[in-house]
Amino acid sequence: MFRYFINLQWKSFFRSASLGKGLALKVLMVFFALYMMVSLILAGSGLFFLLQKIFPGTDPLHKLSEFMPYWLITELFIRYFMQKLPVMEVKPFLALPIKKSAIVHYILGRSGISFYNFMGLFIFVPFAIVLLTQGYPLLNVGFWLLAIAFLVLMVNYVNFIINKSDKAFLILAGLLIAFYALEQFTILPITDYAGTIFYALYEYEFLFTVPLFLSFLAYFFNYAYLRKRIFLDDSLGKRTKTAATSDLAWTKHFGSIAPFLQLDLRMIWRNKRTKTQVFISLAMILYGLVFYTMGDFALTSSMMVFVGIFITGIFLTNFGQFVPAWDSAYYSMLMSQNIPLRKYLDSKAGLISVSVVVMFLLSIPYVYFGWQALAINFSAALYNLGINIPMILLFGSLNKKRIDLKKSAFSNMQGTGAAQFLVIIPLLGLPILIFTLLKFLVSFEAGLLALAVLGLLGFFLRNRLLDGITELYRKKKYGMIAGFKQQNS
Amino acid sequence: MITAQKLTKRYGNQIVLNLERLEIPKGQSFGLVGNNGAGKTTFFSLILDLISPTTGYIINNDVRVDTSEAWKPFTASFIDETFLIGYLTPEEYFYFIGELRNRNKADVDMLLSQFENFFHGEILGQNKYLRDLSKGNQKKAGIVASFIGDPEVVILDEPFANLDPTTQIRLKRIIKDLTDNREITVLISSHDLIHVTEVCERIVVLDKGEIVKDIQTSTETLQELEHFFAGE
Repeated sequence: MFRYFINLQWKSFFRSASLGKGLALKVLMVFFALYMMVSLILAGSGLFFLLQKIFPGTDPLHKLSEFMPYWLITELFIRYFMQKLPVMEVKPFLALPIKKSAIVHYILGRSGISFYNFMGLFIFVPFAIVLLTQGYPLLNVGFWLLAIAFLVLMVNYVNFIINKSDKAFLILAGLLIAFYALEQFTILPITDYAGTIFYALYEYEFLFTVPLFLSFLAYFFNYAYLRKRIFLDDSLGKRTKTAATSDLAWTKHFGSIAPFLQLDLRMIWRNKRTKTQVFISLAMILYGLVFYTMGDFALTSSMMVFVGIFITGIFLTNFGQFVPAWDSAYYSMLMSQNIPLRKYLDSKAGLISVSVVVMFLLSIPYVYFGWQALAINFSAALYNLGINIPMILLFGSLNKKRIDLKKSAFSNMQGTGAAQFLVIIPLLGLPILIFTLLKFLVSFEAGLLALAVLGLLGFFLRNRLLDGITELYRKKKYGMIAGFKQQNS
Repeated sequence: MITAQKLTKRYGNQIVLNLERLEIPKGQSFGLVGNNGAGKTTFFSLILDLISPTTGYIINNDVRVDTSEAWKPFTASFIDETFLIGYLTPEEYFYFIGELRNRNKADVDMLLSQFENFFHGEILGQNKYLRDLSKGNQKKAGIVASFIGDPEVVILDEPFANLDPTTQIRLKRIIKDLTDNREITVLISSHDLIHVTEVCERIVVLDKGEIVKDIQTSTETLQELEHFFAGE
């Protein structure tokens, strides 16, 4: 029986639409996967020496053990968002003469070899090898690694249990913060306890049976839960949420683009992918901290201009590059309706403009690092408003790939083509080039001024620019309609 | 109202539609029948300028559809579920279409009140997004949306498919009422010969993209069509 399942799995992988994607994208994804793998392995092999350096005089393995609860909770946190049990895929098997228990074992067993489980192992296996070279006994290290592998499996199955609740992630985040706080205010020495507990896994080989038992427990809990619910109207059924309606009357202030603005706002709020996009964008405001606190770059360096363009334009890039693909599901309706294409684009441009302004306002606290930071972000915002918005809409006209709004944003390459990667170059590269050149030839201020003036210029010419872009969308209409109709592209 | 002139659509070597001339006068209820791949949806998509003709053109009320967009204000259509916006509730969708056709909420509400019977309490006030409605209910919403804004041309592709018997009967009534005063031109395609002969005064049979029959509906029409499709 399992032989057939594995065979089907094999076919579904190699015949999947995502594998049939453009060669460039495939190469890039493979490259990215390899990069991830290598960095994890490097991190794993370097971890021992790093811990040795930071905490001299302690056993690095003990130190690692102390941080294990944080690792486990973080991993659970990541999995909560990214990893789902693919229960829907078993629908075709239900009516076939296959035992339901076999189906449940199959989906649960399959998740045991998911990518997420290897993520941790890519760190811990190299770490274990380093341990061996450092003279740790083979038997203990071997069983320690086994114990860790079972812990990873346990996290894997625990995730499916907590995944059913919307609030679980809040609890996880709370737990993480609580642990940290308890530690920080020396109320409860979490890391000490954790160190003792997890180090014991190394000291006493037979203790690997505890994670083994726990992972089996989590597995069987899942099994018992699913086995009872593998019916069309239960766990396989479509969940319908009650629609939360609001008439968004305030958008009327925007005049004739109001209906489209309402449509866009509802789209963003009611679909998973767009919603996560908003949260990612808001979180990216913190990205600048990495550069500002690092101290490796001067406040007036081109890197900071990159940061400015990036954080004020993050929603612009994330959302804008998939205009008009966001509307792909009903694009033929839009095209046969009484819609002036220009209004449609105006509304998108308006929405993105608001996002740029909001992101700029959020970035104001960076002034803490110096007035230059504020000046950079301001001119970057102007540049985004004036030049990058028309530019991204222009690139959108090259977009012919359908987007299924219902799918999550994480690791979702749907609707992505070569154009989506190329668009980054003019969007980010051009302003940096202009700035760097002027800074080199004249001064820092001149560079910023140039960006701001270009932005204002684009802003005043927006009507003309949008006219041209509208014309382009009109010309590409048939291709877009045909492209958006293709499922799984 | 609608004239197709030397209209062909070709994909590669395959001609999917080839109409020498087809004229649909104002106020006619026009039925299009044919097996799968006969070119029904292709023809409708060409009228709506969703695909471009290989040769020839379509004139809709003096507007050539592939060069001007002036046909949009008086033409409404429901081709399939992709004409719906899944993340809106039916009401929001109707109001959105209303905005596009310059009708305010009160106008739309008034129109909707005429279709309460047709909706059968399953569309309005359900607090459900369109994507969560059943296929039949989605279709009901889409069909009614195409009546918003007093269009002069209404195009419905397979309106009877997926509807329950009661709704099918009600829809027939609605379409008949619509064309009663000879103001609105209604174009319908269907696989159901009985429905289409009941509703349409003229029926055109397409086969592999060509017109093979053009009938003014009479009492013998159903028999004639059944005879044709039985391949006897």
